[in-house]
Amino acid sequence: MTRYHVSATVNGDEIDFLCEPEQTLLDVLRDELHLTGTKEGCASGDCGACSVMLDGRLVCSCLVTGAEVGDCAIETIEGMADGERLHPLQQKFLDHAALQCGYCTPGLLVAAKALLERNPDPTETETRYWLAGNLCRCTGYDKIVRAVLDTAAEMRGE
Amino acid sequence: MTTFRGANCGLGAKPVCSVFTDTGSNATEGSGGVEMRYEAPETMKAAVALLASDEHGRVLAGGTDLLVQLRADTIEPSLVVDIKKIDEMCAITRENGGFRIGAAVTGAELGEHEAFKSVWPGVVEALELIGSTQIQGRATMGGNLCNASPAADSVPAMIAAGAIATIEGPDGRRDVPVGEVATGPGRTSLRAGELVASFLFPEQAPRTGDAYLRFIPRTEMDIAVVGAGVCLTLDDSDVCVAAKVSLGAVAARALAPEAAAKALIGTPVDDAALAELSRAASAAAQPIDDKRGTREFRIQVTGVMARRAAETALARAKGA
Ligand SMILES: Cc1cc2nc3c(=O)[nH]c(=O)nc-3n(C[C@H](O)[C@H](O)[C@H](O)COP(=O)(O)OP(=O)(O)OC[C@H]3O[C@@H](n4cnc5c(N)ncnc54)[C@H](O)[C@@H]3O)c2cc1C
Ligand code: FES
Ligand code: FES
Repeated sequence: MTRYHVSATVNGDEIDFLCEPEQTLLDVLRDELHLTGTKEGCASGDCGACSVMLDGRLVCSCLVTGAEVGDCAIETIEGMADGERLHPLQQKFLDHAALQCGYCTPGLLVAAKALLERNPDPTETETRYWLAGNLCRCTGYDKIVRAVLDTAAEMRGE
Repeated sequence: MTTFRGANCGLGAKPVCSVFTDTGSNATEGSGGVEMRYEAPETMKAAVALLASDEHGRVLAGGTDLLVQLRADTIEPSLVVDIKKIDEMCAITRENGGFRIGAAVTGAELGEHEAFKSVWPGVVEALELIGSTQIQGRATMGGNLCNASPAADSVPAMIAAGAIATIEGPDGRRDVPVGEVATGPGRTSLRAGELVASFLFPEQAPRTGDAYLRFIPRTEMDIAVVGAGVCLTLDDSDVCVAAKVSLGAVAARALAPEAAAKALIGTPVDDAALAELSRAASAAAQPIDDKRGTREFRIQVTGVMARRAAETALARAKGA
């Protein structure tokens, strides 16, 4: 089996890995790099649990092959907190109880962070559309949306 | 060959992709257990040579269809040719007053291109309907067209806009109208070694507007039950002088019924013309019956979608 040698940066660190052509970026993150914060819910692009940033774009890592990410910059949930200090979104998710089982949470946090970087003042509708590709079986979404909007307000200094 | 790993916990158990397999190729097609090779050429010539060298080769653009099909084992290519390292494939350029859009430009990129969006809002709204924010970060018009799902959202909008697909292959370049690329579910008119390089959206006549609308049971993340794209041009006295209508998800490939376009041409796009458009669009529809809509329902909704898309296109033409 051919293995491809890939160099990329993950959360700012330069890394090298070997992967098979069929392995997805999600497989590589979890199985080769042991970054298991990124979750697999469906492996078909429907649930968003595997969301990561790839060269500044929000993507499903289950729909990207490992071989494709050479020289790319990847950001995962592991890069979100600053050491022990949680990102404001992480703190607000706790404050608002915006998670139950937590399986969807890494993907939602990565997606919500991407939203706030583009749009520091999203409306509720914009937030719901932006996050429509992140499924949650537990919360009913409302607390997630409140947490994101509350974080946005806090980050704007309101 | 090794298959994709990981258990399906059911989080994403939604009909989105089953529709594509319903209408797409059913049998596993490909090299039968041969190892898959990944190549990322930097020139069009190299991509064509690679594809011509392996009849079980596949183009990889955004991968949002291809990876789902690989995982479901509906395809087993021995070669995937990633086209995203080819500059021309990823470029948006002006050409003779129109736009040339590389086949690998993503929905997110095109949606951020204000100049293109202001001229072709219908094409952009169609492309942006594809999937979620995450899917938008990867999905391309080239992939949407070449995957050849009858429900592909950007295809009716491109047909209505009069877009031309520029195809590269072992025998050089050729240009064909977008409507001639997909021939049926999962099938295209591309020959061995050919790939779509880019789309040309020719210079738009003054007072032209386009729009795309689809019917889905939810508001996001679903596949069109019916889709309708309309592009129309008005003269100075608000009479429609040119129109194209294209319908998705109601036949084996996107339709472009002449009678529907004729219903608008020569009229002020008033109620009578819109009613005739509705009738002609419904009459052209040849939909299937499935869990997402009965035949009768789809036929009726085709008329409604065509009419509403025409109303939006009309408003845009007047504003243009
Ligand atoms: C969760 C989810 C939701 C979706 N929702 C929608 C939706 O609402 N509407 C819709 O229409 N689609 C939808 N899709 C399907 C898919 O995202 C689109 O069809 C998308 O445009 C495919 O583009 P891609 O670049 O990812 O294609 P790829 O997966 O890279 O390629 C698709 C096919 O086209 C071929 N191909 C790609 N580019 C070329 C080229 N330049 N020349 C020749 N062949 C080529 C590939 O070999 C492959 O067979 C959805 C998919 C997912 C996973
Ligand atoms: S695991 Fe990637 S979208 Fe569900
Ligand atoms: S908290 Fe359980 S899936 Fe979202």
